Amino acid sequence: MLAISQSLVDEIIAHAKRDHPDEACGVIAGPEGSDRAERFVPMINAAGSPTFYEFDSTELLALYKQMWDNDEEPIVVYHSHTATEAYPSRTDIKLANEPGAHYVLVSTREHGNNPGPVEFKSYRIVDGEVTEEEVQISDQVSTESEQN
Amino acid sequence: MAIEVRIPTILRTFTGGAKAVDAEGATLSGLIDNLEANHPGIKERLIEAGDLRRFINVYVNDEDVRFTGGLETALSDGDQVVVLPAVAGG
Repeated sequence: MLAISQSLVDEIIAHAKRDHPDEACGVIAGPEGSDRAERFVPMINAAGSPTFYEFDSTELLALYKQMWDNDEEPIVVYHSHTATEAYPSRTDIKLANEPGAHYVLVSTREHGNNPGPVEFKSYRIVDGEVTEEEVQISDQVSTESEQN
Repeated sequence: MAIEVRIPTILRTFTGGAKAVDAEGATLSGLIDNLEANHPGIKERLIEAGDLRRFINVYVNDEDVRFTGGLETALSDGDQVVVLPAVAGG
């Protein structure tokens, strides 16, 4: 199960709508071993594509160094699908390299950049196996959230 | 003095869980062979058809080796090497 605050859900959705029709991506970091999604870090999609995302390699290193310094890990790895459902693609599954992370998928296919509901789903992806999990959204406003 | 190599979570099965290991090599290619000698199986996860795998990033002193000569990137004692799988998908 993914436990996440409403404000972090809102940040992810806002990022996805902003970058539509390209895929948006990022992480929510949290204390190592805690499973607490706390620090919102939107990333640049270096692929700048409606069908692919890849963290910029320089930003990727900066992100991980910051997490190591803070004793954090990626609790959530999120990205958007802009024309298809919020389910991991074959490429997503093949390239999933954080077995401990919650992989969040949102789909902006219905409303694009406009207001309106967005599919928001969470999965575990381990050794090529995808398991959808429950998302429990709390009202608590995250104080750790920050723009990168 | 050795070269510290930072190992990502997904490859720590090869290093007995260690987050960082010491290795030696005059080039990145040599370093990876040295890693393989001590942590068998890790090379195949980094290299494919004689080159770095497309979705594996390696940094030497914070520089992505794709811009510094790839596997031929020269190394010196005290350098810091970081291996990070790309975060990517479709």
